[in-house]
Amino acid sequence: MKLTLHIWRQKNAQSKGHFEKFQMNDVSEDMSFLEMLDLLNERLISEGKDAIAFDHDCREGICGACSLTINGTPHGPEAATTTCQLHMRKFKDGDTLYIEPFRSRAFPVIKDLIVDRSAFDRIMAAGGFVSVRTGQPQDANAIPISKEKADLAMDAAACIGCGACVASCPNGAAMLFVSAKISQFAMLPQGQPERKRRALNMVNQMDKEGFGACTNHYECEAVCPKKISVRFIAQMNRDYLKARILKEKD
Amino acid sequence: MTLDSKIPSGPLKDKWDKHRFEMKLINPANRRKYKILMVGTGLAGASAAASLAELGYNVETFTYNDSPRRAHSIAAQGGINAAKNYQNDGDSIWRLFYDTVKGGDFRSREANVYRLAQVSVDIIDQCVAQGVPFAREYGGLLDNRSFGGAQVSRTFYARGQTGQQLLLGAYSALVRQIGLGKVKSHVRKEMMDVVIINGTARGIVTRDLVTGKIESHWGDAVCLATGGYGNVFFLSTNAQACNVTAAYRAYKKGAFFANPCFTQIHPTCIPVSSDHQSKLTLMSESLRNDGRIWVPKKKGDKRPPNEIPEEERDYYLERKYPSFGNLAPRDISSRSAKEVCDEGRGVAATGYGVYLDFSEAIQRLGKKTIEERYGNLFEMYERITGVDPYKEPMQIYPASHYTMGGLWVDYNLQSTIPGLHVLGEANFSDHGANRLGASALMQGLADGYYVIPYTIAHFLASNKLEKVDENHPEFKKAEEEAKDKINKLMSIKGKRTPSSFHKELGKVMWDKVGMGRNAKGLKEAIEEIPKIREEFWKNLNVTGESNDLNIALEKANRVADFLEFAEVLAWDALEREESCGAHFREEYQYEDGEAKRDDEHFAHVAAWEYTGVGNKPIRHQEELVFENVKLAVRSYK
Repeated sequence: MKLTLHIWRQKNAQSKGHFEKFQMNDVSEDMSFLEMLDLLNERLISEGKDAIAFDHDCREGICGACSLTINGTPHGPEAATTTCQLHMRKFKDGDTLYIEPFRSRAFPVIKDLIVDRSAFDRIMAAGGFVSVRTGQPQDANAIPISKEKADLAMDAAACIGCGACVASCPNGAAMLFVSAKISQFAMLPQGQPERKRRALNMVNQMDKEGFGACTNHYECEAVCPKKISVRFIAQMNRDYLKARILKEKD
Repeated sequence: MTLDSKIPSGPLKDKWDKHRFEMKLINPANRRKYKILMVGTGLAGASAAASLAELGYNVETFTYNDSPRRAHSIAAQGGINAAKNYQNDGDSIWRLFYDTVKGGDFRSREANVYRLAQVSVDIIDQCVAQGVPFAREYGGLLDNRSFGGAQVSRTFYARGQTGQQLLLGAYSALVRQIGLGKVKSHVRKEMMDVVIINGTARGIVTRDLVTGKIESHWGDAVCLATGGYGNVFFLSTNAQACNVTAAYRAYKKGAFFANPCFTQIHPTCIPVSSDHQSKLTLMSESLRNDGRIWVPKKKGDKRPPNEIPEEERDYYLERKYPSFGNLAPRDISSRSAKEVCDEGRGVAATGYGVYLDFSEAIQRLGKKTIEERYGNLFEMYERITGVDPYKEPMQIYPASHYTMGGLWVDYNLQSTIPGLHVLGEANFSDHGANRLGASALMQGLADGYYVIPYTIAHFLASNKLEKVDENHPEFKKAEEEAKDKINKLMSIKGKRTPSSFHKELGKVMWDKVGMGRNAKGLKEAIEEIPKIREEFWKNLNVTGESNDLNIALEKANRVADFLEFAEVLAWDALEREESCGAHFREEYQYEDGEAKRDDEHFAHVAAWEYTGVGNKPIRHQEELVFENVKLAVRSYK
């Protein structure tokens, strides 16, 4: 199939970016979206041009590295699918595609389609853990957890940290990402001792990083490749309010 | 040089306890005087970095990804083994030890494997304490499934994303230490070299992948947890960036490379569809719990699978290996798939595929149960192939997946370079000639959480290290060498892309050094690889700048090492004149096609020493002593 691509090019964080137009004439529908970009990059290198930089690694939808906004939608048109798992059969011959990075104030562009998502690591470092040292803890089965709770914790833990939630949000909020981690631990007995402190610290760091706040657009849930539910945001808000307003301690 | 494995004396069961007691310690107040460099932040690297920082050491971590959370450990799907015996089905530390030694076709060290089985139990406790949401039964206890090569259910899992959950657990422990200031995390930095001062590894040189800056970092010890080299085959289930560079450059500095020919080809991957393919996607081995593998009995049977009647199907694994059936170990399952396809009975567009059929399981258990067990895998399959596996059998074929070989290490995980320790898939130690399913996560975490924190203390306490820093001439020299290498890659200005060379190398490796190997093919590969390498250094084209984020340069830098390393792999495969585990030499097989091991001549580890590019490396041997298990023909019938 033939496609017209408009791809965001930007030399580095300081320079101004622009769209560059490419014509693709030999795209097969079995290709993944990133394989289509590989093909283009092979062509660019052969023509002596700088290849288009984009983040990717596992190419099986789990590492969270790939981060393209395709025709305005983070990860493109297919629901619950990362860019790397999106296949060209979802597009039609003659389509025009606009390919941009995950845009947000807290995700500065590094080059072309690559953005800096290190803010997520800093939010995690503020409290996204259970403070347990490596050692000889109690037997794993000494902490029974109902299947429902464990499954729900897993639903939250499935987050791959890609940042599509931020890129899709009109406010640039990271609340789906942050709430997923807070909720995973809030639902497990292991997470209780630091529950309030965790919510407070992670939310504070999130604000410091320049992410916006949720105003219930739910765009995040719509684009999330792992179908993380916005109900976790409510869970996070409850814990945060208890810690911040009611000054409840763990 | 004789290879001293440093296996402690005494009965197998007591070795690790005795060794832990005998090793030297470092007093808590003194630990903060040491700095440890951890290259790689996957399961092994992240768990080790976090554990060492908790103990009080200063740690610096390095990853080429944008965050430690993205390492390829994250892609492991099926599970992690542990000898908990929660199912009361006869499991024990001894059984896990025995299964692993047998699964590895008697080419691993008893003492290492026994230690692995011992600490497996603690790993599960540790992960649960961290809040890893393993699958549970309605009673609230942990659930288990079974995996290839075992007759017990000892695999713990978190849906189809166990690797992700374990990595995020280790990552959470790591970021906690980053937040506390005990770990300094370097992201988007790739190791270019190990720096050795007075015979001891004292640091590394890295390239900043955003600015191109070459930088030195000193440490009191260096750990490589840089994963495997499965991408030497170009197409593999590994992530795109997985490479051999860190391990290979350590090898060039004197670390021996052990058993490089032990490369695992995973039986259940989505078959190749065409030439543009950049990777092969694994379908978890856990699918073999309920899926049945078959091909048509007739050659060239082109009917759709659902129209082929039961009596015209060959469930070849169930037929050949009745007691393990579809759960035969990976090497055996892979080879059997190749056999039936070579006979012309393969399916898929290329004729290189077999069916993995869930229709019977769906009838027996209902669609809902299958959906609960494998839902995300089924979705992934449909996304990639456009076929609904609830209605039509999956098509699968083997693909390069994991590498048992790696840098040689002793019982303390130290390489032949003092101070250079190697963890996880990057070392060779525990899986012998074939790794069992759900054992990679176990080994990565065992090395990181429970082995290296002890052995590195022993190393630091036993050696008086001189003070060095980045201004030492050896660092300057290594920086210059790294810069020269980059400049050389940039200045060829030929016609071909880095990927085209990778692809060309991969084809030679897959055809001649892949699932079935023979002397003729291996010798051809040893002649062809240098030619590709020569062409690479003459005709490579890397566009862009070296002082900028440059994906073509990153790729070229990694492919350059694959082009040298591939030859070592082929030499190892040629000189191991036996079939064992994943290494199948066509000349060495029984009449029924089973692998013919030669314990008299090859019950050893082959460790290769670098002698210059294009020169045949020197092969050293570490004899394997089996005092606790009887060397037996590995039968899964």
